[in-house]
Amino acid sequence: MRRNLVPAVFLVLCLLGTYYSRMGASFVAGEIVTRFIRDGVLTLSLVIPVAAGMGLNFAMVVGSMCAQCGLVMAVDYQVSGPAGLALILAVGLPLSILTGWLIGLCMNRVKGKEMIASIIIGFVATSVYQLVFMTGYGTVITPHNRDMMLSRGVGVRNMIDLAPFRNIVDRLWVVDICGVELPVFMILAVLAVACAVWLVLHSRLGRHFRAVAESGRKARLSGIDVDAVRIKAMILSTMLACLGQVIYAQNIGMLNVYTAHLNSDVFACASLLAGGATIYTAKVRHALLGVLLFHGLFIVSPQAGQNLFSNAALGEYFRSFVAYGAIAFALIMNIRRENLESAGRGR
Amino acid sequence: MRFDARGLRLDAHIPQLFIIAFLVLLAGAALRLDSPVGLMLGDSLVRLGMNGVLALSLVPMLNVGAGLNFGLPVAISAGLLGMCLAVNCRLRGLPGFFAAIFFACVAGVVLGWLYGRILNRVKGREEIAAAFVGFSFISIMNFFWATAPFSNPAMLWPIGGKGMRPAIGLRGYFAGVLNSLGSFTLFGVTVPTGLLVFFGLLCLGVYLFFRTSLGRAMIATGESEPFARMAGIRVERMRLLGVILSTVIGAVGICVYAQSYGFIELYDAPLMMAFPAASAVLAGGCLGGRALVRHVVLGTYLFQTTYVLSGPVANGLMVPEAAEIIRMLVSNGIILYALIYEGTRRRKHAA
Repeated sequence: MRRNLVPAVFLVLCLLGTYYSRMGASFVAGEIVTRFIRDGVLTLSLVIPVAAGMGLNFAMVVGSMCAQCGLVMAVDYQVSGPAGLALILAVGLPLSILTGWLIGLCMNRVKGKEMIASIIIGFVATSVYQLVFMTGYGTVITPHNRDMMLSRGVGVRNMIDLAPFRNIVDRLWVVDICGVELPVFMILAVLAVACAVWLVLHSRLGRHFRAVAESGRKARLSGIDVDAVRIKAMILSTMLACLGQVIYAQNIGMLNVYTAHLNSDVFACASLLAGGATIYTAKVRHALLGVLLFHGLFIVSPQAGQNLFSNAALGEYFRSFVAYGAIAFALIMNIRRENLESAGRGR
Repeated sequence: MRFDARGLRLDAHIPQLFIIAFLVLLAGAALRLDSPVGLMLGDSLVRLGMNGVLALSLVPMLNVGAGLNFGLPVAISAGLLGMCLAVNCRLRGLPGFFAAIFFACVAGVVLGWLYGRILNRVKGREEIAAAFVGFSFISIMNFFWATAPFSNPAMLWPIGGKGMRPAIGLRGYFAGVLNSLGSFTLFGVTVPTGLLVFFGLLCLGVYLFFRTSLGRAMIATGESEPFARMAGIRVERMRLLGVILSTVIGAVGICVYAQSYGFIELYDAPLMMAFPAASAVLAGGCLGGRALVRHVVLGTYLFQTTYVLSGPVANGLMVPEAAEIIRMLVSNGIILYALIYEGTRRRKHAA
């Protein structure tokens, strides 16, 4: 009962928001489908670190940045279509394995404070990333595509048009049902990633994740290399975030080179929690349900705010409150329960 | 128990060495660009007083064991509320400024009490919870600012007359009242006497507070809760007091900041303000131990001087944004280093 409380609250808010926004149900449904394929994989990338006892991985933005490196590279070499997509992944995924490994090393040194450290890691990585594209391109790295450069010759433009990749996989197998366009291929792709995450969680590695999350000491005694397992969790999470951001960017069709990845962590975390996950337990279905609920609320709240208070800004503030507030609420409730339980065990 | 970890160790001073190296680099570049040295020295003093109080507000929470106060936006909102009340009553000059501080303190006590109650529930993981309490509190305050029943038209949107402006000019109210109080110019360096004296008094107050028996009880709580409890200290109460104190000082801090800056900045402006304050305290040398007032003063001065210098240096660079990006990198790098440093120490203790 209690477990379903958070999704239920989000569902009620969604329905109320839809009612007051006076948007058509088919419009809202279409938007939710778009958001589902756009943000689904990004949210799924958070499941594994939670299962491994590392909490919400705000450092997933690093994976997003890896994807953006690939995207910029593909635009730079002007490789379009499926070949471009392959290039993006060929650049992004190895990069996210490397950065995921580095993040894992950091995480093993900040045990107990993984979440705050992951936020700061995201900030540090953002600075490094911005430095590379702002000063590296045109000086150390020779650009091949003048169109994406700033007029001073150094630094990539803020906005890059991703026309060669726009909706490249989204438009496959589109089915129209009652005015709602269903991109069947993409929905299946997101579900396939979800299945993959589920399989990982139910494999030998998944059992190790749970053992490590349960008790690092016990896991070590049963012969599990705790640090290595945690690093694997971070690598998988970063790779999924990279894949998710590629899907996200090709759906949007434009890339805000320096800022597109910011906030992807907060939205993904809030989605996961909206689906009923906690910072100690997360399942694949939490991620899938959460994306629908959280983004459903996200779509309707500005218009609902406009209609209820004749002020669209209030809807905006409500949106950011829901995102930050869901995370704050989950942290406070989950940590408190954990503390009470551990105090109970100690006695 | 304590001295083994607190001896002079190089790795505890790496953030400091790093920021000094960065500062020397910037200073060298600024000198080569013939930047006005006197003006920049004066600027660095202003920035010390302006941001010092915000950094100082982290000390009580650090000492009581509640970690770096990433929920600083809560304190800042209290201060903003105080200032808005003062401006709404059209209070001007020094009396207006002190009225703002009074209102800010009242709001700070109330919000600090609520905030402290929350932080007592998330013991051991205060930092992450505080960060998101801060973020979500900003969006709650955004609601408030958009609908608040303030009446001074100087604060409201010019069209429609409803909702607060994102930036409220303080000229004619209390802009620069502390900065100009008794300021003088020596060798081309303008010293903001009032600002520095005010900051100095607050520092002295915090220093003296931690010498009182109450302050010592707080420090004991931060060092080891089980021992403090055995010594008859009411741990929860001490932590609550520490958080309230931090919130009140933070609320005063934003008043000092705003009077120097000349604007009250509402809405999302305070969202990320906790992070530079945290890295200032850490850059001052507060790593794996108690936070001292001298850490705040030294750290803020070093940290803020990088701001002052990076401006003129940026203009001389081919890529002006680079100076700011590198400064952010240093700032957050310091926090990350501190987390890793303390984690490694915990790990060694556990082993």
